[in-house]
Amino acid sequence: MRIPPRVAQTVARVVLGAATFFTVAVLIFIIGHVLVKGIPVLSFRFLFSNPEDMGRAGGIFPTLVGSVLLPAVALVFAVPLGIGTAVFLTEYTRESKITAAIRFGADCLAGIPSIIFGLFGFIFFVTVLRMGWCILSGGLTLAMMVLPTIIRTTEEAIRAVPYAYREVSFSLGATRWRTVWRVVLPNALPGIVTGIILSLGRSIGETAAVIFTAGSSLRMPSSLFDSVRTMSVHFYILAREGISSENAYGTAAVLVLAVLMVNGISYWLMHQFMKRFS
Amino acid sequence: MLKMDIQKVDLFYGEFQALKGVSMPIQANKITALIGPSGCGKSTLLRCLNRMNDLIPNVRIQGTILLDNFNIYEPGARVEDIRKRVGMVFQRPNPFPMSVFDNVVYGLRVAGNFNKSFLAEKAEKSLKAAWLWDNVKDRLRDSALDLPLDQQQRLCIARLIAVEPEVILMDEPCSALDPIATAKIEELMNELRASYTIVIVTHNMHQAARVSDFTGYMLLGEMVEFGVTSEVFITPKDKRTQDYISGKYG
Ligand SMILES: Nc1ncnc2c1ncn2[C@@H]1O[C@H](COP(=O)(O)OP(=O)(O)O)[C@@H](O)[C@H]1O
Ligand SMILES: [Mg+2]
Repeated sequence: MRIPPRVAQTVARVVLGAATFFTVAVLIFIIGHVLVKGIPVLSFRFLFSNPEDMGRAGGIFPTLVGSVLLPAVALVFAVPLGIGTAVFLTEYTRESKITAAIRFGADCLAGIPSIIFGLFGFIFFVTVLRMGWCILSGGLTLAMMVLPTIIRTTEEAIRAVPYAYREVSFSLGATRWRTVWRVVLPNALPGIVTGIILSLGRSIGETAAVIFTAGSSLRMPSSLFDSVRTMSVHFYILAREGISSENAYGTAAVLVLAVLMVNGISYWLMHQFMKRFS
Repeated sequence: MLKMDIQKVDLFYGEFQALKGVSMPIQANKITALIGPSGCGKSTLLRCLNRMNDLIPNVRIQGTILLDNFNIYEPGARVEDIRKRVGMVFQRPNPFPMSVFDNVVYGLRVAGNFNKSFLAEKAEKSLKAAWLWDNVKDRLRDSALDLPLDQQQRLCIARLIAVEPEVILMDEPCSALDPIATAKIEELMNELRASYTIVIVTHNMHQAARVSDFTGYMLLGEMVEFGVTSEVFITPKDKRTQDYISGKYG
């Protein structure tokens, strides 16, 4: 028996609509729940004062600093390395088995659970290199975690730059390096920045990889070799150990707002990118 | 005076031979036109003159191309220097998505010139030489992509003139333009001839007849006939040229 097209159309609309509604509803529920419970806790004092009694009272300032420093260290390492790799793969090599293998490796790395990175970071940076739990160990671990994302988004952005631009640049006597620097990268920039911001969002929210490598000290760090606790780790500990659900929600709200902000900026940049090429 | 000399050039795209023993002289301060049906190798030959074919994978080139008696395919030759001396205007106007000014001085900047007053002076001079100054002098900071197509193409010419090439290669520079804009570019070429050596590829025989001093007719990768334009068009020696010019071909 054939289903009349009109009926099929209606059914499809209803089913797909329901799926969309469900997705959006879950999303709104989660974010709404966290914000509704967390925002009342937020205050200037909460953000900028030190925690007291393991976080049962006081604010979250050191963890806020941790959540800024760790992703920052990660990006300082991952951005130049990732962009360099992407430029090399796209502009300086011809497609071959080796570039395909590198790309495949990057894609695999991107799919590995973050706790594996945490474990590796713990063994390699914390133990073998004797760096201990510290901002640098954590930042380097996060850098490895986001590197594949940066490489792949940069590659895509570079590929989207029309070949004609390179051709003209070469025809005017520019070297490959100058062409990359003055034409390819500027035109790929919005796409590259989008990738960086996605990585930023991911490393701000990361918990598993960080708790193993940066530790969970609540003291204010004074150097890159001090242990630090990020907001996500703080939230995890507050909630898990049942220390303070109120402050846990407050921390979670700050985290959610930060990630929303970062993603918002990313969307805006993506939009600028589209505008430029249409 | 001979500016460039193409001597027995063979070019292979992989297995496919696109140029077969092509020879052609290019006289200084003259306009040399390349005509022939689509796919006969005009663009390929043109791109040999500034080594743009080097960018395509699996291209093999044999033979000699002299630029002022220097073989540009000599092993030690510096490709960037050759491309500065032998510049190119492409089929589609292709300004960078930058301001008009940044476009014009692009070649100077990549060559390491950053002096502001020098760049400004060069930009004005080049835009004037390309008959674009009056159109854009008040909008140097605007995006080049907002200019009408014919102004974009003249901007590309200005961008090239700024690096002071000796030879200008043009690959069907008017194919995206309307007849009025085309006439203007042709007039411009006529003027540029005094200072530059020009090689133009065109599928438009009338254009070749109008603007060029010498014409080469190509067919299937071979140079069938080369000579003074009026002779090629009025008294072609080769039967195939006669057929093409009288419109029997394609
Ligand atoms: N990049 C390339 N790879 C392989 N074959 C090519 C390439 N470019 C051109 N060709 C072939 O070489 C021949 C000459 O092309 P082209 O020089 O573009 O001709 P024209 O400019 O006279 O129309 C054509 O048969 C074309 O298919
Ligand atoms: Mg062509």
